Amino acid sequence: MSRGVAVQLTDLRRTYSGVNALDGLTLHLEPGELVALLGPSGCGKTTALRCLAGLEDPDSGRVEVGGKDLTRVPTNKRDMGMVFQAYSLFPHLTARQNVEFGLQLRKQGGEQRRRRSTEMLELVGLSAHVDKYAHQLSGGQQQRVALARALAIEPQVLLLDEPLSALDAKVRTQLRDEIRRIQLEVGTTTLFVTHDQEEALAIADRVGVMRSGRLLQLAAPQELYSRPTDDFVADFVGLTNRVMGTSHGTTAQVLGADVPLLPGSASEGPVTVLIRPEHLTVTQDAAGAAVVISSSFLGAQGRVVVSPGENLHQVLVQVPSAVVADFSPGDRVTVRPVGAPALAIAAG
Amino acid sequence: MSGIRATRRRRQSVLRWVVVTLCMLFFAAPLAGMLDFTTKDAQGNRTGATWAKLVDVQGVSRDYPDLAAGFTASVGLAVLTVVVMLVLLVPTMTWVRLRLPGLSRTVEFLCLLPLTVPAIVLVVGLTPVYSWVTYFLGESTIWLGFAYVILVLPYAYRSLDVGLRAIDVKTLSEAARSLGAGWGTVMVRVVLPNLRTAVLSAAFLAVALTLGEFTIANLFSRTNLQVAMFLLGKSDAQVSVAVGLASLVFAFLVLFALSFVGGRSPSRKETS
Repeated sequence: MSRGVAVQLTDLRRTYSGVNALDGLTLHLEPGELVALLGPSGCGKTTALRCLAGLEDPDSGRVEVGGKDLTRVPTNKRDMGMVFQAYSLFPHLTARQNVEFGLQLRKQGGEQRRRRSTEMLELVGLSAHVDKYAHQLSGGQQQRVALARALAIEPQVLLLDEPLSALDAKVRTQLRDEIRRIQLEVGTTTLFVTHDQEEALAIADRVGVMRSGRLLQLAAPQELYSRPTDDFVADFVGLTNRVMGTSHGTTAQVLGADVPLLPGSASEGPVTVLIRPEHLTVTQDAAGAAVVISSSFLGAQGRVVVSPGENLHQVLVQVPSAVVADFSPGDRVTVRPVGAPALAIAAG
Repeated sequence: MSGIRATRRRRQSVLRWVVVTLCMLFFAAPLAGMLDFTTKDAQGNRTGATWAKLVDVQGVSRDYPDLAAGFTASVGLAVLTVVVMLVLLVPTMTWVRLRLPGLSRTVEFLCLLPLTVPAIVLVVGLTPVYSWVTYFLGESTIWLGFAYVILVLPYAYRSLDVGLRAIDVKTLSEAARSLGAGWGTVMVRVVLPNLRTAVLSAAFLAVALTLGEFTIANLFSRTNLQVAMFLLGKSDAQVSVAVGLASLVFAFLVLFALSFVGGRSPSRKETS
């Protein structure tokens, strides 16, 4: 099985009609690592992947794979496997022929090709569908074949451009887990582009959040979630309450309690503190200033929407599902932070 | 309700068959007239003599040299026109779709333009060009193929455009490129196989138009099949009409064959 190589994107810039799709993107992938680029539509994540694939030419910057400069190397010489968002199987070829396509171009013999395609289709669990054409396969099966086709050539880097976005929720979750299993098995350095935070957090070694062509934060999923360095990252990854407070250096006074602040927070004066719903508690309190607006049962958890008081935004509090029924609209309650570190930005 | 719907369906079905039958009669009546004319002798008796003459290839070459030359020239013209048209249009349209989508309107306009230009105007415009073609390539009917490529552009463009719209050329070519294919391989092994029906349709239209073209060849004083038939009509009307009928039937057969081949996509095969 192939082992990964390091990938280095340095100061990539790409402009479309005056709009910066990439604005000095620098990104490093360790050998064998799976990095997910996450961000809203138009943030530049797909452009970054296409620059790495050679399908787009950056205006400036450098693309290095395994220490070699590939910036001006054409796509077909880059030795990268790619799975696209749109179904990309060649309609006139069977699943096996699709997988063998890249091997034929590499002049591999018939027997060798057949062995490799069998191995790859087994890896993605499609041994029973080798002779089927694209129109005879479901969306999930087509993307599995596309993955097998991309891996069959033993690429230096695997590029996944929102490969799950066209699939229904259940298949998406299954295939997501399979992609991770296969990636760990073959050890290919992988760049995965998605706008789905759950997908990114579930399978990536590190997640990079992009906005306006720039990488705002690149970190392990847990760190990204618990220690965001930017309010956009905090808002984009998971749910966040914006609560007014007052900063006193390393802590902030919020909802009547002190909250430790994360590095990079605004240090003095009025601030907006970004607090996760699970980092707030809500308790029944007839004398409380807050009022329950609504409560909802979500299976494993429940959520209560509370108005903390006049001139304050509503907040969302996560509660155990067993107690969600205790809260009805109009109930007087008290909301308090649990004391988990949070990011504060200057109020304005 | 279902009874009313069934009655309405029956009526629509009857109406459909009436329309189809009328259309078939409209096309078949002149053909039947041609067949009738070519199978009668001077006394009005049935005879296959005219058709027997046509089947005798050596006899046709000997007795009607212009007809044989015209037929050979038209077949050559059809081949040249199809080849040049495909070599010109398929890569251009694919490239425009992949890399220069902003130019698609311009290319479409240029390709459809010949529809608006009468053949006589085209000949006037092409005359100085053909003096150079004759100077460089020699005087041969086959070079009319370049003019015919212009004539078939609107029809071929439409066929190929429909084919290209039916597939995601961009994703397929990018997938092939990422697997190591050069542009030539992308065209030959990915784009063309998925455009087979569109290419065959464009090729048929080009063949049909080339085999039926008279005006340009006549104005350029070249002898193709239609010009030869026209000349022959002055001396032997029956043979001329028989050749006309045969060429029409040949065109129908080609259409049928191409439709049959085009309709059999390998992607529709059942798996074992």
